[in-house]
Amino acid sequence: MMEAVAVPPFERFYEEHRNAVLGQLRRLLGRDAADDAFQETFLRALRSYSKLKHGEHLRAWALTIARNVAIDTRRREQITSADVPDLESVDEPLPYEELRRLTSKLPEKERAAVFLRYGYDLSYEDIGSALGSSAEAARQATSSGVRRLRRKELR
Amino acid sequence: MTVSPDLDARFREAAAAEGLLDVAYELHDTPVGRLLIAVTDHGLCEIHYDADPEAEAERLARLFGNRVLRSARPTDEARRQLDEYFAGDRREFDLSVDLRAAREFGRAVLEELALVPYGELTTYGTLAAKAGRPRAARAVGTVMNRNPVPIVLPCHRVVGSTGSLVGYAGGLDRKRTLLELEGALLA
Repeated sequence: MMEAVAVPPFERFYEEHRNAVLGQLRRLLGRDAADDAFQETFLRALRSYSKLKHGEHLRAWALTIARNVAIDTRRREQITSADVPDLESVDEPLPYEELRRLTSKLPEKERAAVFLRYGYDLSYEDIGSALGSSAEAARQATSSGVRRLRRKELR
Repeated sequence: MTVSPDLDARFREAAAAEGLLDVAYELHDTPVGRLLIAVTDHGLCEIHYDADPEAEAERLARLFGNRVLRSARPTDEARRQLDEYFAGDRREFDLSVDLRAAREFGRAVLEELALVPYGELTTYGTLAAKAGRPRAARAVGTVMNRNPVPIVLPCHRVVGSTGSLVGYAGGLDRKRTLLELEGALLA
């Protein structure tokens, strides 16, 4: 009878599969979200690593965890974007088209922050939770977006 | 797809910060060469000369559990104290040592060894007597040879009854270097 393949030290498991895991996460989530998901994937792997009975199919195991992390990440994104109110329900938004045109050249995060602040009148706390950052980071993104818009207007 | 050094470092740090590791290790350059330094929740568990990291990771996994990862932060304190020792600024190590992997007699001998002061010499026979087995000088030699944390547990301070250096797992040159550093031998 063949002996079961021993579970390698985590270091070796990580070294051997980290590039494949990152590749899969980037395909599923894009570059930025993939970095957070990468860390979460290997932390999850570590949490159950001592329960592994043998060291076979570890790449498939790692990629399965990565896929689950990606699904969870997507689900979180959907929930936060569902928290943003419909245009119709907001009392006095800046005209949507105007805001869209105005902010179209801003970096993505600033654009979203300015949009949520002035288009939807959300608090920085709500903007932060919608964008997955702190209220303070949301405030900074908004004000740096506004500064950028002003600089453009001056020209 | 290659993981960037930054992303890699962040994961290794998070793994340790979340308390998910059985053993964290790092390589550290010193005047006696590159050392592999490993720690567990219980303290410093290994200092290894000329280590092959992959083979060491295997060995550490067998001893302490397979969640073994290179991660610098948990080893920072030990590395800092070693740097101070080599700079001549530290005479005693203030580190807890994990001797769970040592057997009973070995542990008794290593605990006695820890009491041998900086810059002083003792003999295998003396140490055997202190550990309660006066005729076990040879067994003490074996324990010294397998000392999991040389330098911190100072097996370099143990010499033969005639004063000869006898042996050292890291090589006699290193034993001599450490004793010269401590002023126990004339350079």
